[in-house]
Amino acid sequence: MAKPYLSTQTTEPAANKEPSTLKGTLASVLLLGLFIAAVWGGVFALYVSRL
Amino acid sequence: MSGKTSYELTPAEARLSMAHFYVAFLALFIGGIAGLVQALQRAGLITLPGGINYYQVLTAHGVLLALVLTTYFIIGFLLAGVAKTTGGLVSGAKRFGWAGFWLMTVGTILTTITILTNEATVLYTFYAPMKATPWFYIGLTLVVVGSWCSGIAVLINYVRWKKQNRGQITPLFAFLTVATFILWFVATLGVAIEVLFMLIPWSFGWIDTINIMLSRTLFWYFGHPLVYFWLMPAYIAWYVCLPKILGTKVFSDSLARLAFVLFIIFSVPVGFHHQLLEPGISAGWKYLQVFLTMVVVIPSLMTAFTLFATFETAGRQKGAEGLFGWLRFMPWGDARFLAPFIGMVFFIVGGASGIVNASNQLNQVVHNTLWVTGHFHIPVGTTVALTFFGVGYWLIPYLTKRVFTPRMNKLAVVQSLIWALGMFIMSAAMHAGGLLGMPRRTAFTDYQGMAADWIPLQVVMAVGGVILFVGIVLEVIIMLNLMFFAPKGQTEFQLAEVDTEQALHTPPVLERWGVWLAITAVLVVVAYTVPIVDMIQNAPPGSPPLRTW
Amino acid sequence: MHLHRYERIWLMIGGATLLAFLAVLAVQTFALGLAPPSDLGQACLTSPDELAPPYNQPGVYQVGENEYDVVMVSYAFGFDPGTVEVPAGAKINFKATSKDVIHGFQIPGTNANMMLMPGHANTVTTTFDEPGEYLILCNEYCGIGHQAMMGKVIVK
Repeated sequence: MAKPYLSTQTTEPAANKEPSTLKGTLASVLLLGLFIAAVWGGVFALYVSRL
Repeated sequence: MSGKTSYELTPAEARLSMAHFYVAFLALFIGGIAGLVQALQRAGLITLPGGINYYQVLTAHGVLLALVLTTYFIIGFLLAGVAKTTGGLVSGAKRFGWAGFWLMTVGTILTTITILTNEATVLYTFYAPMKATPWFYIGLTLVVVGSWCSGIAVLINYVRWKKQNRGQITPLFAFLTVATFILWFVATLGVAIEVLFMLIPWSFGWIDTINIMLSRTLFWYFGHPLVYFWLMPAYIAWYVCLPKILGTKVFSDSLARLAFVLFIIFSVPVGFHHQLLEPGISAGWKYLQVFLTMVVVIPSLMTAFTLFATFETAGRQKGAEGLFGWLRFMPWGDARFLAPFIGMVFFIVGGASGIVNASNQLNQVVHNTLWVTGHFHIPVGTTVALTFFGVGYWLIPYLTKRVFTPRMNKLAVVQSLIWALGMFIMSAAMHAGGLLGMPRRTAFTDYQGMAADWIPLQVVMAVGGVILFVGIVLEVIIMLNLMFFAPKGQTEFQLAEVDTEQALHTPPVLERWGVWLAITAVLVVVAYTVPIVDMIQNAPPGSPPLRTW
Repeated sequence: MHLHRYERIWLMIGGATLLAFLAVLAVQTFALGLAPPSDLGQACLTSPDELAPPYNQPGVYQVGENEYDVVMVSYAFGFDPGTVEVPAGAKINFKATSKDVIHGFQIPGTNANMMLMPGHANTVTTTFDEPGEYLILCNEYCGIGHQAMMGKVIVK
C-alpha cells in the first residue's frame, strides 16, 4: 500500500515559544468589518442619490 | 473524546457516502453545462436550437446545482463524519441513509425529466401561478422526503451514541451535523406545506385557485434557511477539518456549537428579506424580519474570528510573527487548504452584498437584478462549492482507499485558481450590471435597443462563465481520478483535535435542543403569524394555474 | 464559556455596526416615508384578471400640482399602457398590478423597483430629474416572453 502523500504532522511549538496572541485576528476581522461597512455605505449612497 | 477517534469507516459506510458523491458530481457536470449555455446565450453569442429555451436551461441549472449537488454532497459528507465520530453507522441509520438516497434519486430523475420536456419551466423557485406539471412538484417532494430520511439516519446514530455515552459531550462533528439537520427539518416544513397542500392539489386540478402570497411566503420561509443548510456543512469543514490540515487544533469547541445553535434560532424567521418589494406584507413586519436577519449575521462574524484565529495560531506555531505573518506560513500549495481558503475570501464579498440585499429599502437598488445573481454565486457557488471540493480531495480518497497524488493536487490548485478567476470576472460584471438595472433570470435581449450598452457586460459575464466551465471540467476530472483511477493507498480523515482543557468547559446547555427549538418556534410565531393570517384573511381572489411558456 | 477579549471586542463592534445600519433604515422607513413598496390594497374584483378601479382604466392621471399617478397593468408580456409621458421634476406614483402571473416592475437608474402580484396593488414613487426615455422592464421571470416584456417612460 503506497504511503499517504499529503500527510500532516502536528507541529511542535518552537523551543522559545512566544505567548500566543490574536492581534492579527483582531486586525483582520476589523478590516473585514470595514469592508462590509464600505459596501453598505456605497449602496446606501447610490440609493440616496436616486431618491 | 471530542474529535479523537480511531474508528475507520467500513466499506458499507463508504459506499453509502460515495453513492451521494457520484450523483453530486454528475449534477455538477450537467448543471455546469447548463450554466455555460446560459452565459453564452445571454451574451448573444449563441442561439439555442429549437425545442430548448433559455428558461428551461436556467431551471435545470438552478435545480441541479442549488438543490441536487448541494444536498447530495452535504449528506455524503455528513454521514461520513457522523460514522467516523460516533463509532460507525448502526443498521437502522444505514437503512434510512439508503432509503434517503434512493428517494432523492428517483425524485431528481423525475424532476429532471419534467424540466427537459419543457413541462416545468418555472425555475427552481417555482412561483405560482405559473404551473408546472404535478410530477415536477412530486419529484421535488421525493427529494425533500429523501433528505428527511438522511436526517433521520443521523439522528438514529446520534441517539444511540448518547445512550451509550451518557453524560459525555457529543463529538463536535456529530453535534454540528445534528444542528444542521434540525435546521433542515424546521426549514423544509414551509416548502413541504406549500408543495403538498397547495401546489400539488392545484396543479392536479383538485383545487381551482391558489393564494399567491401565502405560497411565496411558505417558500421563502424555507428559502432562507436553505442557504444555511448549504453553509453549515462548509462551516463544519472549516471548524473541524481544516485545522487538522493546518496541523493545529479546533480553535474553540464551544463557540462552534454556539454559532450553530444561533443559526438554528435565527435563520428561519427572516424569509421576508426575500420579499421586501412585495405587496401584501406591511412595512412593519418586513422591518422586523430585516432586524432578525442582521442578528443571523452574528454567528458568521463569530466564524470569521475563529478562522482568522485558527490561521494565526497555526502560523505562529510555525514561527510566524507580526499581524499578518501567518499568511506566509499557510500551505498554499495544498488544494485541501487552498480551495476552502479561496472560498472564505470570496465570502467576505458575498456576506457584505448579502447584508445589503436584506437592508429593507436598499433592496430597491438590487432586487431581481444581476447583482443578486452575482451575490449568490459567491456564497453557494464559490464558498460552499470550493470548500466541498476541498473536502472531496481528502474524503473521497479516504472512502475509495486511494491517494490524492501530488499531480492531482497540482491540478486541483490550478482548478481552484481558475474557479477564482472565472467567478471574479463573472460575479464582478454581474454586480456592476445589477447596479445599472440589468435584470436576472432573463434571456438575451437589448430591450428594442434601449439596453444595447448592457450587452458588452453580458459578454464579460460569458467570459467568466466559460472560465468557470473549464473549472468544472477540471473538477470532474479530479473527482473521477479520486473515485476510480488514483493509485490505491491510505488517506487520513481530516479531523482536528479539541484541546482537552477546553473540552471540559463546553456548556452542556448547548445540547438542550428542546430549548433552542422552543425559542426558534417562538420567533417564527412572532415574525410570521400576523402577516400570514393577514395574507389568508385579506387575500384577493386566488389565481388559477397558468402556463406562460 | 470563554470568549477571548478580542472576540468580545469584534462582536461588539460588529453588532454595533449592524445596529447602526438598522437605525438608519428605520429612520428612513418610519420617519421619512421611504419604506419599500408594501401596498396592502386589492386590485381586482372576483378574479385577478377582472381589474378593479383604477386598474380597469390604466393611464396617467394628474393628482396634484406637480404629482401624477401612473396606473399600469402588467401582463405576459407587456405593460398597459406600454408608453407613458410625464414631466421632469414631478412626483410620479407608479401604481400597478398584474392580471396573470407575478411580474416585476423596474426602471433602471432609479429606485423604482417593485413586485406585481395578481390581485394585489403595489406602488412605487420616483421623480425624474432629467428628461429622456426611460425603460420599464419586468425583472421577475414570467414566461417565455419575459425578456421582451418592457414599457417606456418618456420624460419631457
